[in-house]
Amino acid sequence: MAKTLPKTDVVIIGVGWSGGIIAAELTKAGLNVVGLERGKDRKTEDYFMVHDELRYALRYEMMQDLSKETITFRSNEGIRALPMRSYGSFLLGDGLGGSGVHWNGQTYRFLPYDFQIRSKTIEKYGKNKIPAEMTIQDWGITYDELEPYYDKFEQMAGISGEPNPLGGARSNPYPTPPMKKSPALQLFEDAAKRMKLNPYMMPAANLSEGYTNPDGISRAACQYCGYCERFGCEYGAKADPVVTVIPVANKTGKFQIRTHSNVRRILHKGGKATGVMYTDVTTGEDIVQPADIVVVTSYVFNNVRLLLLSELGERYNPETGKGVVGKNYAYQVIKGSAAGFFEKQQFNTYAGAGSLGVTLDDYNGDNFDHSDLKFIHGGAIALSQTGSRPIQNNPVPSGTATWGKEFKAKSLHYAYRTLGVGGQGASMSFKHHFLDLDPTYKDAFGDPLMRVTFDFEEQDRELGVYLAARSAEIMKEMGADHVDYLKEIGPYEIVNYQSTHNTGGVIMGAEPSTSAVNTYCQMWDADNVFVVGASSFPQNAGYNPTATVGALAYRTAEGILKYREKGGLLV
Amino acid sequence: MDSTGSKKKPNREAEDGSVATMEQPTANPAGPLTYEQEAKNNSRRKFLKTTGYTLGTLALGGALSSLIGCTNNSEEPTPTGEPGKGEEEKAQPRNYNRALMFLTQEQFRIVESATERIFPEDENGPGAKTLGVAYFIDHQLAGEWGFNGRDYMQAPFYVGEKEQGYQGRLKRREIIEIGIKELNNYSLTQYQKSFPELVAEDQDEVLKAFESDAVQLTTISASSFFKMLRTNTLEGAYSDPLYGGNLDMNGWRMRGYPGNQMSYTAAIDKDYTKMDPISLQDHMAH
Ligand SMILES: Cc1cc2nc3c(=O)[nH]c(=O)nc-3n(C[C@H](O)[C@H](O)[C@H](O)COP(=O)(O)OP(=O)(O)OC[C@H]3O[C@@H](n4cnc5c(N)ncnc54)[C@H](O)[C@@H]3O)c2cc1C
Ligand code: SF4
Repeated sequence: MAKTLPKTDVVIIGVGWSGGIIAAELTKAGLNVVGLERGKDRKTEDYFMVHDELRYALRYEMMQDLSKETITFRSNEGIRALPMRSYGSFLLGDGLGGSGVHWNGQTYRFLPYDFQIRSKTIEKYGKNKIPAEMTIQDWGITYDELEPYYDKFEQMAGISGEPNPLGGARSNPYPTPPMKKSPALQLFEDAAKRMKLNPYMMPAANLSEGYTNPDGISRAACQYCGYCERFGCEYGAKADPVVTVIPVANKTGKFQIRTHSNVRRILHKGGKATGVMYTDVTTGEDIVQPADIVVVTSYVFNNVRLLLLSELGERYNPETGKGVVGKNYAYQVIKGSAAGFFEKQQFNTYAGAGSLGVTLDDYNGDNFDHSDLKFIHGGAIALSQTGSRPIQNNPVPSGTATWGKEFKAKSLHYAYRTLGVGGQGASMSFKHHFLDLDPTYKDAFGDPLMRVTFDFEEQDRELGVYLAARSAEIMKEMGADHVDYLKEIGPYEIVNYQSTHNTGGVIMGAEPSTSAVNTYCQMWDADNVFVVGASSFPQNAGYNPTATVGALAYRTAEGILKYREKGGLLV
Repeated sequence: MDSTGSKKKPNREAEDGSVATMEQPTANPAGPLTYEQEAKNNSRRKFLKTTGYTLGTLALGGALSSLIGCTNNSEEPTPTGEPGKGEEEKAQPRNYNRALMFLTQEQFRIVESATERIFPEDENGPGAKTLGVAYFIDHQLAGEWGFNGRDYMQAPFYVGEKEQGYQGRLKRREIIEIGIKELNNYSLTQYQKSFPELVAEDQDEVLKAFESDAVQLTTISASSFFKMLRTNTLEGAYSDPLYGGNLDMNGWRMRGYPGNQMSYTAAIDKDYTKMDPISLQDHMAH
């Protein structure tokens, strides 16, 4: 039988951004915290050989090993879900720091509208604007209430940026100035300004200059090395948990990280968790770690899966709409973009950084009128320059051969004559988009895989086409000689990478009947369990998720400390 | 190779095998028997001629490999860096990476000629063959990627929707082996010649037939095989030379890609500037 270890104050499942932040905050406050991370240890010195597109970007060096665990996918309940056998649509993090190590660092605050989308939509357009099957809901928290936590995350990470002209109010400026502007960014900015749009520098977790954060952690400036997303940063310039929050937790002497520790169950009794059961994957031994408080920060899919495997919380039933665990899975509509080909100009796009870009919110949220549109929301449109690495970046104008002499000549010609402008379309939740346990396929331990049921709806198709057209307008204004963009968004497929912005499944809200956690990410059904991550989002916004995930993590840490004192539900 | 296809195919295979062997050194001077770039091939070619390797119907396998061994030990100047006289003086160190880990030489030649059509040598610079793409593919198939080591390969296997991605039970190395064999069989059926022997235009027609699934295969999808080959070709042309392709970074040089520099802080706000590339090996000093 499983070996049982001495009890700890808090056990954290998964040490990525959410787990790392909470570990730092709780250990600073004197709590003893055990962090269980299924993957390996990581440090900056690992990355001397990191500028390797094949190994990191195409063979997924840093990602979860799918041979051991994956998800299954089906477009709807009428077909059999099948495993995602190789990587495609999204990439799952693994190892210390999680996806926080190989993210881009595009660090957006959501719009005030995002947190109250249901009530604001009804208020302005009436009830009928929201289709019956669309299950969007208010978060139970407003932008203004979350603002101080956004600020905390930005100060910790040293976000480089300038205020969003169309964004919510800020208590502080970004801690570091915007990154350098490349000629491509300048072109976008100038065009957008001529079009009377509101461009601003993308908030970046790639430091524009050396920075020391409030925890006393100093990091160096970004070198625009062009090997950022999917790679670790050898300079520590990219804010990642391993170079920011984890060392702070370690320094307290109260944080015990156990790597190669795969958590398989949350143990509970009478509505309270008693600890977790994990397998030490180096020995195969099952171990019980008792704890007063369990924090689940294992990314969207495993957050949901662990609750379902542990039979904690009420499973979502898509027939009745009752139950909450697995509800409101949402994603992102990423195909609303345009590629521009420039004959007269070559750009230095071999250089770049994960979050080097100029962006605008004129077509995001409800910043434009939706009365005559068949969708709600929109997305941030941006031109980003992340480094055009040569294997993955061989765009040629539509109508060009995709291999052979013509392809070769054109792909070489356009290697530095192509720019992209794209929207991150918001993804609304629907009754029939959900997560549950797969009845057939198992992980390496024999536990059921997470099953994803999801497809694009009319909302998504309309939104995607709209953002593609807006992106193309900007691209034309930038002076591209040829512009390609999608005029139709096909069905959702799991084959091509879109984004790792999966959301929902353990959503937050104002009341237990429609949400799994409250606004402290505390489970309504087990008050000593906190489930943190984009799994809390009731639907997705038109941005990357992590600033909001980070803000929720800071708020959760505060909640846990309150809970430690008073106990009970925090709201 | 032998485990797939109809009864007829193995026969053709054998036929084709010996034909290709005879043809190879002349039709394919930079094929698997040579190690280095075109310029260095002259003496090797001469050497092969004079020692009679291009003649006759040599038995394959052990015989051939022992002959290769023999060349390596020979007193003859090789193109691969024995300090010698005259033109050999500037010869580069031998590239020991240029040997096969997985493919047979016959398979290698098919991969080499197919990828060369996907990414041909032209006025811009080297094609797949010169860049060593076929070596790259061989090496990739020999390792974890070829075995789908990090993919979920558990049963049950069902035919799925297109949106659900690859659902087969075959590993990449098996798909490539079958694909190569079918490419050759199709060439023999349509043109009575093996794929490497075909003129470029006919090779293109064969590849197009695979790309468009005009060829119907039972075990694999012809178009998926083609797609994999195309992706592998770009990978081999542009990955770090450490993997066996992108010879001497000439793929990068051709497209003006600076490789993996440590920093672009000085370049980021400037117009496009060409730089000589550096590779991961240059980082070993750190
Ligand atoms: C290529 C890429 C680029 C991205 N770019 C951006 C961007 O620019 N901006 C942005 O906002 N977001 C971006 N993201 C998303 C971002 O990385 C995530 O939102 C963020 O990392 C989520 O943090 P998390 O702590 O919730 O999960 P993760 O960082 O994924 O951490 C979860 C951790 O839990 C561990 N774990 C999982 N299951 C178990 C288990 N059973 N037992 C023990 N441990 C477990 C995992 O190994 C992992 O370390 C990107 C993601 C990817 C993949
Ligand atoms: S682009 Fe900047 S932040 Fe990203 S990995 Fe390179 S140096 Fe680090």
